[in-house]
Amino acid sequence: MSNATTTETKPAPPPVDKMKIKIDGREIEVPKMMPDWQGKLQPTTMLQACAAAGHDVPHYCYHPKLPIAGNCRMCLVEFGTPAMGPDRKPVLNEDGSAKIAKSVLPYEPTSPRGAIACATPISPGMEIYPNSPATKQMREAVLESLLINHPLDCPICDQAGECKLQEYSVDHGNAASRFVEEKVHKPKHVDLGPRIVLDDERCILCSRCVRFTKDIVGDDALGFAQRGSHNTLTNFPGKQFDNNYTLNTVDICPVGALTSKDFRFKMRVWFLKETKSICTSCATGCNVIVGSREGNVYRYEPRENDAVNSCWMCDSGRLNYKWINREDRLTEVQHLKSKAQSWPMALKEISEVLRKASSGSVAIVASARQTNEELYLLKKLATKFNAITDSVPRHGESDKLLLNADRNPNSNGAKLIGISPAQMGSNLPKIADGIRNGTIKTLIVFGEDVTKHGIGTDLLVKLDHLIVSDILPNKTTESAHYLLPGCAHAEKRGSFVNAKGRVQRFLQAIQPKGDARPEWEFLHELVFNVTGQNGFASIEGLFNQMAQEIPAFNGVTWAVLGDAGVTIPT
Amino acid sequence: MIVERKKLNFWERLYLPAILGGIKVTARHFGRTLFKGKTAGKELSGGYYPEKKWTVAEGYRGAPYLVRDPEGNTKCVSCQLCEFVCPPKAIKITPPGPVMSNADRPNAEKMPKEFEINMLRCIFCGFCQEVCPEESIFLQKDYSLNGLSRSEMIYNKEKLLALGGVNNSPIFKWKQKAEEAKAQGIAP
Repeated sequence: MSNATTTETKPAPPPVDKMKIKIDGREIEVPKMMPDWQGKLQPTTMLQACAAAGHDVPHYCYHPKLPIAGNCRMCLVEFGTPAMGPDRKPVLNEDGSAKIAKSVLPYEPTSPRGAIACATPISPGMEIYPNSPATKQMREAVLESLLINHPLDCPICDQAGECKLQEYSVDHGNAASRFVEEKVHKPKHVDLGPRIVLDDERCILCSRCVRFTKDIVGDDALGFAQRGSHNTLTNFPGKQFDNNYTLNTVDICPVGALTSKDFRFKMRVWFLKETKSICTSCATGCNVIVGSREGNVYRYEPRENDAVNSCWMCDSGRLNYKWINREDRLTEVQHLKSKAQSWPMALKEISEVLRKASSGSVAIVASARQTNEELYLLKKLATKFNAITDSVPRHGESDKLLLNADRNPNSNGAKLIGISPAQMGSNLPKIADGIRNGTIKTLIVFGEDVTKHGIGTDLLVKLDHLIVSDILPNKTTESAHYLLPGCAHAEKRGSFVNAKGRVQRFLQAIQPKGDARPEWEFLHELVFNVTGQNGFASIEGLFNQMAQEIPAFNGVTWAVLGDAGVTIPT
Repeated sequence: MIVERKKLNFWERLYLPAILGGIKVTARHFGRTLFKGKTAGKELSGGYYPEKKWTVAEGYRGAPYLVRDPEGNTKCVSCQLCEFVCPPKAIKITPPGPVMSNADRPNAEKMPKEFEINMLRCIFCGFCQEVCPEESIFLQKDYSLNGLSRSEMIYNKEKLLALGGVNNSPIFKWKQKAEEAKAQGIAP
């Protein structure tokens, strides 16, 4: 994102101006200015100060990455400021401390007057009471008001389990409703766009989705129509809510008003195992959480990383997971000539073939969708045979928010490791020529259909040995002599280097299908059999070894990568 | 506490009188069954188990079955709370997926595509009935569940609904919602 900065490249921050305030009776120093949703410094709000002091103030409409609206009133807190005398000097208590004037209603000095913590800046000497009886009463009243017309659809609502209304009801709600009148009904399952369904009854009118699509995406597609009880969220007449970021509104919707058509009624969220991963659809490398259950991936959700994707991801990337569970996934080791259909036999035969291969007779087409570790092992093989290597470029349209024109998740990794030349794909014609004139006898292909990139089936039949590893069947896998089933990124661990040079790791969410094995595992065996180099047989060790050997990686370690990744110069 | 053991006298230490006393009782019952056709079971409760089924008490926790409402609608909305709470993981629900209007009651929006209870796993704890927000699953009075294979003991949705019958609860939550919405001019 444009406003994103990396922690590594930032110069030492200037000394921060601080101010002393009291929160829940404890004095605390907080910065006078803190970053707002765009990262610009603004006066610190009561909510930010409370968060710094370890007090969670409940809120619906406030979102750290969206402009502040202040319309849900859930974050109301009681507070006080130092009392001022007529001479504009602080009034002191008998013990010499500043006297605090609690904020009260103008004509009812006994009734506390709260302020919305999300939009009220702090002032020196201010006291905030996030746990006082008055604050609690205010929260309970706001929550009760929000629930008056809420349909209580929880059994059929996809948000159940991750719903702020449910969570705050546990903390601040009543067991039974006092409301005896008929609830206001609004349209249910309204079609807002190709990927979004709106349930108007559940909406609490927090306007997060409106602000997101207007201020973050710049597509002013949503708004509120009507007034009072009839106030509803709607798309502008004749305008579909169909930009490439619509599904983020489902994430930020604190209730079940906006739901994803794709995920609708597929699985209850409390069953989903959450695994930290990386989106593989373009070179941006958005941080995601993979939601899986019993070996099936159900959804991707963005994971916050201010250096990459903030809190967002695009719809096209988010919905690009269905191939993982496709029926025609390659799940068996296959060999055309012999009956070697097990991993040990196949690896043994391939090792023999490669050991006999002469220098320059081998070519490798890797994929920029592969992890750094796999490319590193392939590079080792390539060095042994002095092989010509390349990977396949993939391009699409970019946009100004997240989507990158480079649709490979690891182009930078492939270039840094030396598998692909600076101009990715420029070696492919050379490989084709080599096969045509007979100098290249063995071709190793990983995760790409080379028949679409200038090495047609007419050339593939000329080869003595075609060793292919892939996830889904294609023309190349059909003509392979040895076919090794590989893993989707959700089935293994590894790391990518994104377009900005950020090395990010992803973890395993589900078990591989059938006989499929992570590529780095069998590549490690092959490299050992062929070159005799015995490296680490774990992903951590492999990564650390690679980072030691390749200068660009600066010697970062798997552990240092953490969840947020590390930026390296590219 | 130590209970003092009673000292046996000579007559008791002989044992034979006690054995003879026992044989006398057995012989009396044998004679009554053989000549008069009387049994203790018949005298007390009118018969023994396989011939005479046991009457279960009120609140007995038998096999869990799905119920329909009096209008014949499937009450379950596939919220999967029973699947979540089930301690032996006997319940497996296949949610309907994103297809619209696949529920018996249109505004309930969904019902399970498949609902399976593995009766071999079920421990009849009643958590599913307790957690159900729609009152659609009840532990009923069946206590003798038999099958010739394991797969036969996995009851599917159709079987569970057929065995469960109709629940005559006066609460029609979804119907009421639909009627209210209609009165307010909102199509359900």
